[in-house]
Amino acid sequence: MTMHNPDELVRYKTPEEILGYAKDYPAEVEIRGRLTESTIREISKVKKEPEWMLRLRLKSLELFNKLPMPNWLQGIEMLDLDTMSHYVKPDIEMSSSWEDIPKDIREYYEKIGIPELEAKVLHGLSAQYESETIYHKMKKSLEDKGVVMIPMEEAVHKYPDVIRRYFLRIFPPSDHKFAALHGALWSGGVFVYVPKGVRVEAPIEAFFLIGREMESQFEHTLLIADENSYIYFIEGCTAPMFKTFSFHDGMVELYAHKGAHIRFTTFQNWSKHVINFNNKRAIAEENARVDWVEGSIGSMLTYVYPSTVLRGRNSSSRSVVFTLAKGPYIKDSGSKMFHIGENTKSRIVNKTISMDGGINIYRGVIRIPYGARNATANVECESLILDDKSFAYTYPHNQIEEPTASVSHEATTLRLTEDQIFYLLSRGLDEDDAKNLLIMGFLDELFIEVPFEVANILKKVLEIEFEKLGGVG
Amino acid sequence: MLEVKNLHVNVEDKEILKGVDLKVDLGKLVVVMGPNAGGKSTLAYAIMGREGYEVTDGDILFNGESILELDTDERARLGLFLAVQEPPPLPGVKGSLLIPAVIKRRRNLPMDNKLMDIKILREVRPKLDSVGLDSSYMGREVNVGFSGGEKKRFELFQALAYDPKIVILDEPDSGLDVDGVKLVAKLLDEMRSNGKGVLLITHNPRLLHFVEPDEVNVLIDGRIVKRGGMEVAEFVEKHGYEKVLSG
Repeated sequence: MTMHNPDELVRYKTPEEILGYAKDYPAEVEIRGRLTESTIREISKVKKEPEWMLRLRLKSLELFNKLPMPNWLQGIEMLDLDTMSHYVKPDIEMSSSWEDIPKDIREYYEKIGIPELEAKVLHGLSAQYESETIYHKMKKSLEDKGVVMIPMEEAVHKYPDVIRRYFLRIFPPSDHKFAALHGALWSGGVFVYVPKGVRVEAPIEAFFLIGREMESQFEHTLLIADENSYIYFIEGCTAPMFKTFSFHDGMVELYAHKGAHIRFTTFQNWSKHVINFNNKRAIAEENARVDWVEGSIGSMLTYVYPSTVLRGRNSSSRSVVFTLAKGPYIKDSGSKMFHIGENTKSRIVNKTISMDGGINIYRGVIRIPYGARNATANVECESLILDDKSFAYTYPHNQIEEPTASVSHEATTLRLTEDQIFYLLSRGLDEDDAKNLLIMGFLDELFIEVPFEVANILKKVLEIEFEKLGGVG
Repeated sequence: MLEVKNLHVNVEDKEILKGVDLKVDLGKLVVVMGPNAGGKSTLAYAIMGREGYEVTDGDILFNGESILELDTDERARLGLFLAVQEPPPLPGVKGSLLIPAVIKRRRNLPMDNKLMDIKILREVRPKLDSVGLDSSYMGREVNVGFSGGEKKRFELFQALAYDPKIVILDEPDSGLDVDGVKLVAKLLDEMRSNGKGVLLITHNPRLLHFVEPDEVNVLIDGRIVKRGGMEVAEFVEKHGYEKVLSG
């Protein structure tokens, strides 16, 4: 998420305008070119990884080479991995003080308002630039409660047993080609552990920034909420403008143990020069709850499908996804719910806006196999299409084998009608006000679904995106 | 104040208004009645400058100046208000969002001033009462799930809340019971007493028993065929529109 400080936003507008063109900042290590076993070995060596992690990477690479290109992807053809940087270690020492971060890079984060948000709201922040975490800090009060939040690399060394138990097991690299690629090249991201019964009420944030073109970013976030714990985690991403493009293939793995509750919110506002592939999956044990919120505003192409495996009895999950496809860009999204335990509940809300030639595609999955008794799933998809050049497609996929399952699906496509516009104009609103009001109205339910502070940030971001349409708040 | 001169209007290349003259002064209540498809709503839309209503001849003057070049919203901000016949539902747009937005735009106040909203909502509250709606309507999505009567009342409420100089009402009484009709009449009378010009468009003379119009016009097939006082409405009620033409 680029957008923490509304005033900044109003002044500076889109990520392109906020951050401008990418700055040339030196890399300490850069690994690029043809993707082979030796590429992987080199990355692992730079990171001084244990043997088991190297093996995991190599196995993932093998899978990547074997797995077919997913046939549902559109537009990914332009990506030629052999021309990309797979790993970029910026010449910056990781620090817990913004003072230590080089001015040029610090400015990026300041323009977005990250340090300010940290001071006001957050209880922990991890900021990644290119392939490595450059800033990391957690409040002492959380540390005292036994909460762990450390860069992923550190966790590999510090808690190998825990990492081996969860890492790439919630989302196996065998799932699809880009999950495998991620497994082979992952770098950066955070590991979070919340002990039994501990509640992390104020949000923790991880922020990812891609600073150069023809680069791939593969951060990995692993979050384990032990029994009856609670955590609210926000991740945000952005990038400046590039002449060509960059590639993001991150992964989020969540594990909610018995009775735990995880809220995971993502704001993606990549510049229009980023191809964004997201891999997000959670496992919920008995009585656990996982809430996803995904706000996908920027990027050239985005593929994102928050998924929950409802493994335990009475577990539940909700996924609220909003995507904006503005301009000749594609958003391919959808939530997936796998009901395994009995009495599991899921709810999917998907809202998309297509304008200026944008395309939104929804691909959701509800799976209720035989034996997952009394599962309830409900899906609501609403697409708002603002002009004739823009499109929205919905491909829901339900696999229901269990006779006691209760599944509902609603899909609606809305267009702003001339009747509505004239009505508002005849009140005295101008055309931009009118459209803005109707768009904000369309999103109203979304704002109710997400936490207040998140809703406010989202509103601000959207006001900027719709600025051309006027400024009704 | 509002003056329509020899107005010719085409809709989809078909001439609907064929030379209409009309004048609505402040403090006057002018009625345009006529059968369905006679051009009544077209007249209202043409005055508001709705897209698709092409003025081919004549003029519309507000305060002596032509408003033909102005967009719908500019005409509205100048002081014209149209209570439409079929208000469209605005899903997700609550009254508490719409009303302050409109008022801020009309008064040229900063649109992002949220504190102003609360002030405005407090200010318009009595007007909501006066149309017989309680404050819960401000929390509802505008025209969504409203009954016909509720829609009419909410239009009237807006006519009061926005404080225009000229209020045009297109069939404000359809779908209302007798008490509703009486309420509309009372409000129109109040608007007139408060110095507004009221242009009341209706095909049903029923409402006219409760207001005392200053002028009654009969619009048939794109032309004003009769103009007079209440006796014109009474004639129509007794004999029907066809007789107006032949008589």
